[in-house]
Amino acid sequence: MATGARVTSFNARRVRADVPLLRRMVNGRRITYLDSGASSLQPRAVIEAMSRYYELRHANVHRGVYQTANEATEEYEGARAAVASFINAPGGPDEVVFTKNTTESFNLLAHSWGASTLTPGDVVLVSEMEHHANIVPWFQLRDATGIEVRFIPVSDDYRLDLTKLDELLEGVKLVSVTAMSNVLGTKNPIGELAQAAHGAGALIAVDAAQSIVHGPTDVRELDVDFLAFSGHKMLGPTGIGVLWTRASVLESMPPFLGGGGMIADVRLDGFTPAKGVARFEAGTPPIAETVGLHAAVRYLEGLGMDNVADHDHELTVDALSRLESNFAGRVRIVGPHDTKDRGGVISLDVEGVHPHDVAQVLDEFGVCVRPGHHCAKPLMRRFGLAATARASFGPYSLKSDTDVLLEALEAAISMFG
Amino acid sequence: MSNLENLYREIILDHYRSPRNRGELATPPAHKVEGFNPLCGDEVTLYLDVHDGVLADIKMTGHGCSISQSSSSLMSAAVKGKALEDVHATIDTFKELMTGHEVALEEHHDVEVDLRRLGELAALQGVVKFPVRIKCATLAWNTLRQGLEEVAAS
Repeated sequence: MATGARVTSFNARRVRADVPLLRRMVNGRRITYLDSGASSLQPRAVIEAMSRYYELRHANVHRGVYQTANEATEEYEGARAAVASFINAPGGPDEVVFTKNTTESFNLLAHSWGASTLTPGDVVLVSEMEHHANIVPWFQLRDATGIEVRFIPVSDDYRLDLTKLDELLEGVKLVSVTAMSNVLGTKNPIGELAQAAHGAGALIAVDAAQSIVHGPTDVRELDVDFLAFSGHKMLGPTGIGVLWTRASVLESMPPFLGGGGMIADVRLDGFTPAKGVARFEAGTPPIAETVGLHAAVRYLEGLGMDNVADHDHELTVDALSRLESNFAGRVRIVGPHDTKDRGGVISLDVEGVHPHDVAQVLDEFGVCVRPGHHCAKPLMRRFGLAATARASFGPYSLKSDTDVLLEALEAAISMFG
Repeated sequence: MSNLENLYREIILDHYRSPRNRGELATPPAHKVEGFNPLCGDEVTLYLDVHDGVLADIKMTGHGCSISQSSSSLMSAAVKGKALEDVHATIDTFKELMTGHEVALEEHHDVEVDLRRLGELAALQGVVKFPVRIKCATLAWNTLRQGLEEVAAS
């Protein structure tokens, strides 16, 4: 748990050199990857950790007594401990449940904690800027049990409108919000929301899918109850996610998926679930993916998440100011212009050019951005948009990526202008 | 010509900037049909005035990318005032153009005829090289076919 004890060093050029995919050529140009908000790229350390695992240690976990089975189990549980330390979990690894991704984490939260705790009329308070992963499971639960799903509105300056928070918290049992919007880049005041939620007798869940790789995450300091994130957005592999839950809450949660690995006993008349996090991990888990996630955590700790946050901030300030000065009146930034509490996810609405066309022209320059609604349709509707073109940074991004983005944007605008 | 220039030909950009047959028709007598592309949020609404076996008039509203909007516009210009069987034949030919791979297109003995029959619509053939954009180009056409089927059934 020695957060901060590691010697860290950050050099974005070195990070870039560590990522093999960033050497790729696309359409005759070096790739300019600005889609880390959708999925980050993997440093060699992550790819090699997974290869080494398959070459040397692969076996099923928690079963065999032989050498490699023990090693595989140690790898798997070692990843859990690394994740617990990374987010400063007060109860350590026993609070870390491995899932497939953030979406599965929210489904687990809704189906297990939600379905067993909430009764008709109870309120889950989410926000208008949530990803569908933090909306749809609550609607499903509402349709099955009669709970209410309420939304914190988003203000015209792309922030949560908390002016009526006391009123909104009426009858709320869970506040479930994103720490950083995957569309706007807005970083929300999670500590403040946690205090308000607890004051109203509610728990708080946090969608950290974006925030986890844009700065440090400390669940103790934030004083939250649940935290969900995905490995592949933090330099790790796909197929592995986390639901961290405060131990006192986790104890009361029933299993969601049933099967092997999650039981203490199975008889002809029923079953007894396993204790601890094992009861949420039915079936053979994605073992190599946890090894990859562990390597990603180690890698990020080596960079220092404070350094990563500073770098992200610097890139964001630079990109926003250049976009504003070069494209005033032609490109609208759909997100806060104020760079305080704002991360490197930049949604663009280009005057007269549809986001799909923007992305298509950008591809010609090897620039990878995401067009679409970014799985946040209520938010898009709030701002009268069908889609945006979104550029997002990772720890390996450089200002030169923004150079290419601006060059390609100019070409897109002149093509359609 | 680069793939990109082939995709965004002048005729496509022209139809995107100045879409033809934009607007609404009174329903009834016209039939209204809507098409969506849930992936990218593109929308097209068609108003079809069909009588005596002829698509006498067509108007449309909607929003989306240059490919979906220009395809709608080009389509409306191509099918307006045509006999329904010609409209269906045009839909078939266009969809064939969209599904045909490059090689198949080159080897297809009727390609010349097809392209000629498509007229301005042939400008959309560059879309084939961008598989994810094919659904943009075909949105209006699928919506038109659905609308005509609804008219036939009523």
